[in-house]
Order: sequence, then C-alpha cells, then structure tokens
Amino acid sequence: MADATTNLLDGPSGPKPRRKFSRRNIMLYGILAMVCIYYVVPLWVMVMTSLKGMPEIRMGNIFAPPVEVTFQPWVKAWAEACTGLNCDGLSRGFWNSVQIMVPSVIISIAIASVNGYALVNWKFKGSEVFFTILIFGSFIPYQIMLYPIVILLREMGIYGTLWGLVLVHSIFGMPILTLLFRNYFTSVPEELFKAARVDGAGFWGIYFRIMLPMSLPIFVVAIILQVTGIWNDFLFGVVFTKPDLYPMTVQLNNIVNSVQGVKEYNVNMAATMLTGLVPLFVYFVSGKLFVRGIAAGAVKG
Amino acid sequence: MSTKPMGARMLRNLNAKIAALPMIATAIVVFLGGTIWSVVYSFTGSKLLPKFKFVGLQQYERLWGNSRWVISIENLFWYGFFALVFTISIGFLLAVLLDQKIRFESAFRTILLYPFALSFIVTGLVWQWLLNPELGIQGIVRGMGWESFTFDPLYTPELVLVGLLMAGLWQSTGFVMCIMLAGLRGIDEDIWKASRVDGIAKWKTYLFVVIPMMRPVFITTLVIVASGIIKLYDLVVAMTSGGPGNASQVPAMYVYDYMFQAQNLGQGLAASTMMLLSVLIVLIPWAYLEFGGKKHG
Amino acid sequence: MKLTTKLLAASAIVSATTVGATELEVTHWWTSGGEAAAVAELAKAFDASGDKWIDGAIAGSGGTARPIMISRITGGDPMGATQFNHGQQALELVEAGLMLDLTDVAEANNWKDVIFPSSLLDACTIDGRIYCAPVNIHSPEWLWLSNKVYEDLGLPVPTNWNEFVASADAVRAAGKVPLALGNQPWQSNLAFGAMQVAVAGLDNWKAVNMDKNMDVAAGAEYAAVFKAAADARALAVGSNVQDWNQATNLVITDQAAGQIMGDWAQGEFQVAGEVAGTDYTCLPGLGLNAYLSTGGDAFYFPKLDDADKEAAQKRLAALLVAPETQVAFNLKKGSLPIRGDVDLSAANDCMKKGLELLAAGNVMPSGDMLWTPDTQKQVEDLMVEFWMTDLAPEVAHERWVDIISNN
Repeated sequence: MADATTNLLDGPSGPKPRRKFSRRNIMLYGILAMVCIYYVVPLWVMVMTSLKGMPEIRMGNIFAPPVEVTFQPWVKAWAEACTGLNCDGLSRGFWNSVQIMVPSVIISIAIASVNGYALVNWKFKGSEVFFTILIFGSFIPYQIMLYPIVILLREMGIYGTLWGLVLVHSIFGMPILTLLFRNYFTSVPEELFKAARVDGAGFWGIYFRIMLPMSLPIFVVAIILQVTGIWNDFLFGVVFTKPDLYPMTVQLNNIVNSVQGVKEYNVNMAATMLTGLVPLFVYFVSGKLFVRGIAAGAVKG
Repeated sequence: MSTKPMGARMLRNLNAKIAALPMIATAIVVFLGGTIWSVVYSFTGSKLLPKFKFVGLQQYERLWGNSRWVISIENLFWYGFFALVFTISIGFLLAVLLDQKIRFESAFRTILLYPFALSFIVTGLVWQWLLNPELGIQGIVRGMGWESFTFDPLYTPELVLVGLLMAGLWQSTGFVMCIMLAGLRGIDEDIWKASRVDGIAKWKTYLFVVIPMMRPVFITTLVIVASGIIKLYDLVVAMTSGGPGNASQVPAMYVYDYMFQAQNLGQGLAASTMMLLSVLIVLIPWAYLEFGGKKHG
Repeated sequence: MKLTTKLLAASAIVSATTVGATELEVTHWWTSGGEAAAVAELAKAFDASGDKWIDGAIAGSGGTARPIMISRITGGDPMGATQFNHGQQALELVEAGLMLDLTDVAEANNWKDVIFPSSLLDACTIDGRIYCAPVNIHSPEWLWLSNKVYEDLGLPVPTNWNEFVASADAVRAAGKVPLALGNQPWQSNLAFGAMQVAVAGLDNWKAVNMDKNMDVAAGAEYAAVFKAAADARALAVGSNVQDWNQATNLVITDQAAGQIMGDWAQGEFQVAGEVAGTDYTCLPGLGLNAYLSTGGDAFYFPKLDDADKEAAQKRLAALLVAPETQVAFNLKKGSLPIRGDVDLSAANDCMKKGLELLAAGNVMPSGDMLWTPDTQKQVEDLMVEFWMTDLAPEVAHERWVDIISNN
C-alpha cells in the first residue's frame, strides 16, 4: 500500500507539457518567478543584512549586497551577544533546544501515532468525542491555557523540569498530529488489519508489525512539524523552564529585544537565521518526503 | 465512556483504551478541564490569582463595552477572512501551477515552503524591517526617484492589517500549497484522461471535478489554517505590538494582557471564553460533517 | 572598614568559584545598554560576597517578563529573587504567602531610617511586614532634548514644555521630528502621565490620583492636560520606532528634538558618550512643575524550601540596599538611589537635578502605588488609542474619567 501511494505521487498528474516556449509556458514560469521573488526577498535581505557592518546598513539600501562582507555579526550572534549579564550569544541555547526537542518530538509523535491508530482501527465508545475535543483544543490559543497548565504541572510536581516541558509539547502537538495520523491510517486497507486479527495479532502486535513499518511518510511529516514547532516555541520554553535550560528562541528574543543603543540589525538577522537553521535544514533535506507524507496524511480523510 | 457497566463491554478493546489514555486524559483534563476552568473563573472577580468570588456577568459587560476588545474582534474577523481566502486560494493556485509538469519543481517547492520553517517571531521581525518606512520598500522606491511613493502599512492604522497579511501569507501559504499539491497528486489520472476525451476545458475540470474531489484536503487545510488564525498573537507582537494605536489588536493579545499585565484574570478569562465560543461555532459544523454522515472504516 | 571590605571581596572572589557558594537565580527585565551595565554591578557585588548570581534576564520590557515570573512563582518553581515595580504588582503573591518576609533584614539594617522617601518602603509593606527591597527611584516626568538640533536652527534650547511646543514648527521645517515617541503602548501612557503633573499642577494631580476626586478629574484643569496631549501627539508624527531606546536614539543622533521619557533614558545618553548639559538637556517635570513621582524597581524574594537559599536571599536583600551597591548601581542606571545618605558626587547634571528635587521633597507617589494594574492597563489602552489616532481630546477625557472612577 505504501508502494502504491509512492507511485501515485511520484509524478505530476496534470496534462502533458507542450512546446518549450509556448505562451503558456512563459506565463507559467513568469508567474512562478514573480511569486518566488516575493518569497525569496525576505531571505535575501536577511542574508545581505547579516553580512554588512552597521554603518553600511544605516546609509544603505537593504536590498543591495554588502560592499564589505563581514562575518562579525554571525560571530557576535552566536557567541558574544549579551542579554543582561550573559554575553555568550545563542550558543547557550542551542544544546538546550536540542535537549528539549528530542524527547518532545519522540514522545509527542509516539502518543499521536498510537492515538491515530486506535481512533481508526480500534474505535471504542466515545473515541470520536475525544477526538473532537482534541481538535477543539487545537484552536485554543496557548496563552489562554497557560494558567491551567501551570496549575496542572504544579499539582503533578513537574513544574520547571524538562519533563514538564516535554509534557506540554506533547499535549499541544497532539491535536494536529493525531488528525494527520488518523487520516493516514484511514487509508490503510481494512483487509490488512482484518487478516492480522484473524491471525491472532493484538493491538500492539498490529501496531508494531503492520502499521509502523508502512507509515514512514507520515512520520516524516510529523517529525518535520514537531521539530519546527518545538524548535520555534518561545512561550512554553520561557515559562516552563529555568535560565539554564532556556531554548535558543529565548536567547533570540533576548538578543533581538535587548536594544543596546542602536538596534543592531545585522546581528539580529544573523541570530534569526542561526535560530532558523535547524528547521530550515530539515525542510531542505526532506522536501519531497514532506509532500509525499502530507499527501498520505492530509488527503485521505 | 461506556454507560453500561458491563464488564465484558469494558474489557473489549482494553488495550486500545489503555493506549488511548494519554489522548483521553489530554482531551478531558487539559482541553475540557482547562476550558471549564476558564469559563467558571470568567464569572469571578479574580485578580492576579484565581479566587472564587462570583460577580455574575460583570466581566462580560465590561468586555463588550471596551473599545479595544471590539477592535480586536473586528481585526481578527477581517484578518481571518482574508487570510483564509488568500492562503487557500493562492495555495491551491500555486499547487496547480506546480502540477503542470514543470521543470525545477522541487526548487520552486522548496522556495515556497521554507518560510514555514521560520517562527512567527522571526517572520514578524523580517517584515517589520522590510516595511520600515525609512529603510524598507518605501525608502528604496523613494530613493530611486519616486519621491511621493507611500507604502507604510505598519504605521498607517487603515493599512496595518495589510502589512500583517503580507507577512502571514508569506509564512504559511507554502505549507497550504504543499497540502494542495499532495491532494492534486492523489487525483486519479483517469479523471484527466476522461475530461480530455470529453473536451472539457481545464479550468472547468479543476473547478467542477477536481475541487469537489479534494473536499477532505480542503477540510484538513481549513482546520489547520483556521486554528492558526485564531491563535494569531506572535506575529502581531513581533510586527506591531498591536499598533499603531490599537489598530492591529487581536483577541489573544487582549486575553494575555489582561490576565497578566493588568492582573485581571476574570476579565482575561471572559475574553478567552468568548474566543472559545467562536471556536465552537466554527467546529460544530465541522464535527457534524466529519462524523455526522457516513462512518469511516 | 574600606580595607576589610576589599579584603573580604578579594577572598570572596576566590570562594565564589568554589562549591560553597549559594546560587540564586535572579530574574529581571533590564537588558538595554545602561541597564545591563547597572545590573552587572549588583551581580558583581553579590558574587563578591561569596554567593553566586545566576542571571535570568528576560528582554522585552516588564510586560513580557512579568507573566513569566508570575507563572513560575505560582507554578511552584520560583526563582531566588525577582524584579517588580513596587506597588500593587506583587500584592496578591504576597497575600497568598508566596513571598519571603524581609522584616528582620529591614530591621537589622535600619531600612526605616535610611530609605528615602519613606513611601518606597511603604510600598513594600503589607500588613506591617516588609516584602521587598527597593533598589532605585525612577521618575517618568522628564523631557530630553537634543542641544544640537536647536543649535543648528539657531534657537535657544527650550527650558520648558511650552517653549518646546513653540519651537516645534521650526524643528519640523528642518525635516526633523519634534517629539520622538515609541509605538509601544506604555510609552504613550508615560507621556500622558508626565503631562498630567506638568500641566495640571501638583494639587490637582494629588486630588485626582491620591484622593480620587473625580470632579477635579472631569474639570477644566484636566481638560487642559488632554488639550496639551493632543498638541503633543501632532508633534510625534513621523517617529516610526517601537522601543523606547530607539526613540531615545533619535534624540541622541539628532534626528528628533526631544522625547518624554523616564530618567532611565539617561543611561542611553551615557552609553552613547553624550554629556549632560552640552550634548543634551533634561527637564524634570517637563520644566513646568518639577515634581517627580517616585516609582521604581524593587526585588521580591519568593519563598524557597531551602534554608541556605533563604539565608542567601536575605543577604542579597541587605546588599541591594547597602550604600556601596546603591551608588554603583544607580550611577550606571541613571536612576536615583533609594537612600539619602549616599555620596553621588560622581553623578552627572541630570541626576543631580533629580537628587535636588528629591532632597527638596518635590516628590509624589507613583502610579504603580496608587492604581491597580487593571486600571493602569485600561488607561494605557485608552492612551495608546488617543496618541496614535485622532481621537478627540474631549472624548478621551470623558473615557478616562470613566475608567478611573470605576477603579
């Protein structure tokens, strides 16, 4: 079944292309090129700005490439920018972010995939009600839930620990991930499941031996979404941890918002890009898998 | 769960129920419990800490008499309306363009998708800068000789939502495009063959055949995009902090500001209850569509 | 005494790096240039005394930082010490029994007599017990002017708000912004607060803010305040910045003629190497009614279940109020010390003006002490609407009276 999906998704399904320089093609590529300019300009500006010195920024054109290339802003953003008394830039937060992200991603995906599987193949009374509540939950702004979560974590005695934060990420990642896994498992032929049942396989047996091996694409999507979401999270990271565990985004916020005299746009931009590197890398590497996984997770419903 | 206290019933699917416990706990304790907690305390005069001092509808009366809240609701409505329409329509159109067997598809896709990897805080910062009247687009165009050119959305109350939309669309359209592209790839090739044989115009095939077939894709997209819009907060904080004036205030900011800065928990929760209510209004039709009709296997 | 302190400090630096040091995490929102330099003084002094300051700076003003601090305290994972503006911000946390009682520290160090003005200590006192250590006095009622802007125009530097307004057209004509104003809500509020006492005068100010006399609030004097604020907002058109220190920077770089900002703006001028009196001019009370409100920052100490930490918290509390720390900290921060008995001869012109006003008793309590955060936030919402749109002053006045009479 996974193979079938793959084949289906490999090629575009639109009509066949015509001559190379037809009016249609010029229009098509023209529009795409224009759209791409809109998408690329901010990145271009970020990169160019991060390579300029402050004097050049102040007088210059933000779109122009630097006259004099300097990597100082990058060095400063990574290792020297100050927040309060800590002048070690983003580097402090990098490992914290990794430390927070890895368990959060693993646990939230594990839970959500089991949820999706149970929702599709092992429906029980009320399972859809819980799922609806979960979807409802995805609409609740995090800020609103802050207080109840504080109380919950306090009662559980894990406020301020890494596990508290992992729990929070698992909770708030659950709705959308469960939706994706549920949609994905719906597309798995029921016969497969029934055959396994006849062979005497149980809940976990089917999950580990049949469902898991064929759900690579949706796992890729889930990993991408969670890595991005958790890596970029600021609110939970700052509220539910301590300074020695602050993720990179907190440092980013601190660097960007601690204006010392003049706003150092070049350092800000370098810091911004450094913080975005991990999710960006994941996207660039897994572009094709992402579309394939989304196809499987979002399309079948 | 089961209303009939029959042991056999409870034991059926026992493993599944155990496995679903985290979900059940999250749904009941966090989302349902949190919601009920919020609603209950919205009827109290709680200040910094939750205290059960019942004040009736007072918080709600004050809320709807507050011009900032009313502006927030209007802003969210217009931003939400345009963001939904534009992300979904542009996302779909881009997906259609990419689905024309073009060259460099993966390059185009990557370019359109990369902003989604960046947080709203980052998005807000970059666009705040691009739209900075002195350094950004306006300054550049003026510098090229067009002195009277004015494009200053972030400092013009009437246009500030346009500025937010520019950034918001930049960040999330690529993701919608990906979902749509995936949906298009899921359409059977035979459909296209049939429509070609019948000589149906391509746009008609898209409009009357493909789009209806992609209904589930559109629903998933709608859920994801709409849930993002209601949560709109980071982008506004990073780009405008709600300004100029109160021109770009959104409900989530009101909730947060009153809960913590104003230390008026009751007021913040009254506002959040109104937000939850609006979510319910959107979600009930969805739940009906999803579960009301045919059951899934 | 001095020698022993030095010796103690020297040996403490050694011991601070050893295992015996008690670590205290201190959260605050002091992240601008001058602020960071000032907080470094506190940390240095604390580390030198044998403990360890773990810095927990959260950038982006108190509005960003306070929710985080409050969440952590109510969540049961408090920091060792945290900044608040003293007044009503931490009131409920104290009432809930989450904060450490500092009364014994206060008595041992005689805070009652040394802390001046005494309203600062009153703001820390709840039911006769003391819960916070004030560290500085901040007054928002200052007008900062760029001397160069006026020199270039061949005009004398204004000596009060009215002259400033009169000269605004000339400034505008020279392509500069008369009044720099950041876009963040609290800055509009601050500007209005400064104009209140400057335009309406101290007696009217007291009647409204302390006695809550709503007739005065609705009266002609306050109508004049709104009128003046409406003039001011016209002068602020064109200063497209967000942060307060970006606005200050417009004045430092002579792109704007003036800014209404608290005395903390001084730190920015200092970091930029500007000299008070020659490069810039400061007018307390906008040069009209030179009264300063004595708000400021204080440190609160959440209760920790750890005797060692509690002792360290008390040591830090005592240290914050100690004369040496006060001098070092406030010189860097540009704020006024919370005790009248310290020598600030190193202070610059502007700080001296502030000190004189303080010594003369030209002080009044701050908004944080007089109004609930809720009322303040509503006023802030109104002010930001008023300053950034063309809301009529009469309408704004009416709505303002409405808000404060429902406090």
